[in-house]
Amino acid sequence: MLRRTFLGMLGTACVGASIPGVASASKEFNGYPGSKGVLFDATRCIGCRKCEEACNKVNELPAPDKKYDDLTVLDTKRRTDAKTLTVVNKYKSAKGPLFRKSQCNHCLEPACASACFVKAFKKLPNGAVVYDESVCVGCRYCMVACPFEIPAYEYDEPLTPRVMKCTMCAPRLAEGKLPGCVEGCPKEALVFGERDELLKIARKRIERNPDRYIDHIYGEKEMGGTSWLYLSGVPFSEIGMREDLGTKSAPELTAGALASVPMVAGLWPALLGGIYAVSKRKDKVAEEEKKEAVANAIAQASSQAEKTLSEALTKADVANKRQIEVEVKKAVEEALTPKEEQEENSEEES
Amino acid sequence: MSNPGNTGPKSVINTFNVIAGAIIVMGLVITVLRFTKGLGAVTNLDDNNPWGIWIGFDLLCGVALAAGGYTTSAACYIFGLKRFHSAVRPAILTAFLGYALVVFALQYDLGRPWRLPYPIFYQQGTTSLLFEVGLCVMLYLTVLFIEFTPAMFEWLGMKKLRAVVVKLTLALTIFGVVLSTLHQSSLGALYTIAPSKLHPLWYSPYLPVFFFVSSIAAGLSMVIFEGTLSHKKLHRMMDEEYLKHHDGVVLGFGKAASLVLFAYFAIKMIGLAYDNNWHYLTSGYGLWFMVEMIGFVVLPCFLFALGVREKNMSIIKKAAIITVLGIVLNRFNVSLVAFNYHLPSSERYFPTLMEIGISIFVVTLGVVIFRFITTRMPIFFEHPDYKGEH
Repeated sequence: MLRRTFLGMLGTACVGASIPGVASASKEFNGYPGSKGVLFDATRCIGCRKCEEACNKVNELPAPDKKYDDLTVLDTKRRTDAKTLTVVNKYKSAKGPLFRKSQCNHCLEPACASACFVKAFKKLPNGAVVYDESVCVGCRYCMVACPFEIPAYEYDEPLTPRVMKCTMCAPRLAEGKLPGCVEGCPKEALVFGERDELLKIARKRIERNPDRYIDHIYGEKEMGGTSWLYLSGVPFSEIGMREDLGTKSAPELTAGALASVPMVAGLWPALLGGIYAVSKRKDKVAEEEKKEAVANAIAQASSQAEKTLSEALTKADVANKRQIEVEVKKAVEEALTPKEEQEENSEEES
Repeated sequence: MSNPGNTGPKSVINTFNVIAGAIIVMGLVITVLRFTKGLGAVTNLDDNNPWGIWIGFDLLCGVALAAGGYTTSAACYIFGLKRFHSAVRPAILTAFLGYALVVFALQYDLGRPWRLPYPIFYQQGTTSLLFEVGLCVMLYLTVLFIEFTPAMFEWLGMKKLRAVVVKLTLALTIFGVVLSTLHQSSLGALYTIAPSKLHPLWYSPYLPVFFFVSSIAAGLSMVIFEGTLSHKKLHRMMDEEYLKHHDGVVLGFGKAASLVLFAYFAIKMIGLAYDNNWHYLTSGYGLWFMVEMIGFVVLPCFLFALGVREKNMSIIKKAAIITVLGIVLNRFNVSLVAFNYHLPSSERYFPTLMEIGISIFVVTLGVVIFRFITTRMPIFFEHPDYKGEH
């Protein structure tokens, strides 16, 4: 919870207002009011594959390899694929063989819709999660995201591959008809109706037959809730359903990461610009200090030079004075030399 | 004026070209198969394993290993570490080619590749982290292209245009770092939607942070690693300026990489502690997790530090190679090895030879284009007309 709070703190201030998808993720969404769903009761399913057959027929899917009355198919584990939108699997248990139907669970907040970057998936107010092949890019992130491993892909289609999954028979619902599988079920293991009503029915069944059912409606809370609901007499993990999915919806799981996007976009330029300014200022200061140091050095050197010069000059002055004194002395001495000598000199000259 | 660009390879027929040519022909053959027979004909992808190595290697590793572009330009232009300047151009070029090839490789994986612009221009799925990845990669590819153009304009002698782009350097760099932060992290965030499919040792709400921080280490290591490779094969294209700074770049990046790896190790441990996943360490996956953490994070972290202290280039270069391998290992673990860990081994994915072939083809294309550009444009040397102008 803490990290959510932390990321939430990062996000809410700015994102809450700007991205509606994120804002709604922080609140609980309990589905569109009056939306439809299907209740599957594993204690009633006999593994007859009539639902598979009906699904194949109403969705006009290619014929299967083995006929639908061939029940040996149940001996191997199967999953939904591009040609099969629903499958029934057989599970061994202490209570004998059990069967469970799987198809798209039509989450209240679907992971596929939240993951799709072209909004090819949409949760309709009537409960169905539908796919629009006219915008699909074929990235298959929906398949990565789906916790129930339902969406399948037309891998052998080179140019126009589609993601294939149960549509809850949305086109039939629009005509006021039941989903194909519900209509085809001979044992009333499938009940179609408003999700809220289905939850009530499921609770009543558990109350009336506490020995027959375990006290859990799968899909009520799993992954934020699904439009398909399940009842079982054994723990759901024994009929191949994961019990560790948690109750967080897909948008909740990614809300933190999405919320930090505008924060990074808002903070990084300021932060990086600041770092740039600081490093530039550092360079500038260093440069100025360098200049100052150079100027100082020059000033110091020149004052030093002046000093030496003046010293030299004074020294030279003294020396000059001395020389003059000496010269004067010499001249005076010369002037005072005895006359005889001078005369002697003049005689010699003549 | 000595322009090292004048001395290109002598003959067209040499070992490199022959091998590269063979790989490209192989790639083209698989390309035809892929677009005529569909994904199912060339890949082992199935309904449980929609993403294979074209996402795990070409996209996740490609983007992480191209992180040298934003790390180097940020170090040089934002943090003002001018001594790394000589490394900027090779790093930007590698990043640009890396991203361009990521987008190219994506065409193989997408069911309807020509619709790739749809999420951005036609109908925006803003709740999707893949939308964020797509938008950022598109914008960042544009930024990288613009950042690369000065080298091209110098080569073509277009001085005015070059001057305009050079003035934009800082703005482009900041924009580039923002975009990189976002898409590097959102690649990790892609997997936050599937806690039930990714093994708890790799799943964390902090995945985006892990991906971002490790991309920095990857970027720094790739710059060192590529520098080493280029030194061996493209030495003739390098000028004194580049060679003079090369050791400094290796030392500086090695020091940074050591610190980043240390931080990465720390936050990985915090992630482990936060979800209290310690008990998984004793399982088989735990052992594998330890191999990744000790062998490819702690070891190179230590080797980088040692190499920097001893000023030993060869240790630093080895550490860089280990880090690069470690990034590839980590991205593989998240996208393939620890993904779908709950499925029985018969339902797990292993790539076909053709899938691996396309990945090798894409890498080869990158190397060929890198050689073409670096033997012509001023990447490893300064253009004589623009010396000291940076």
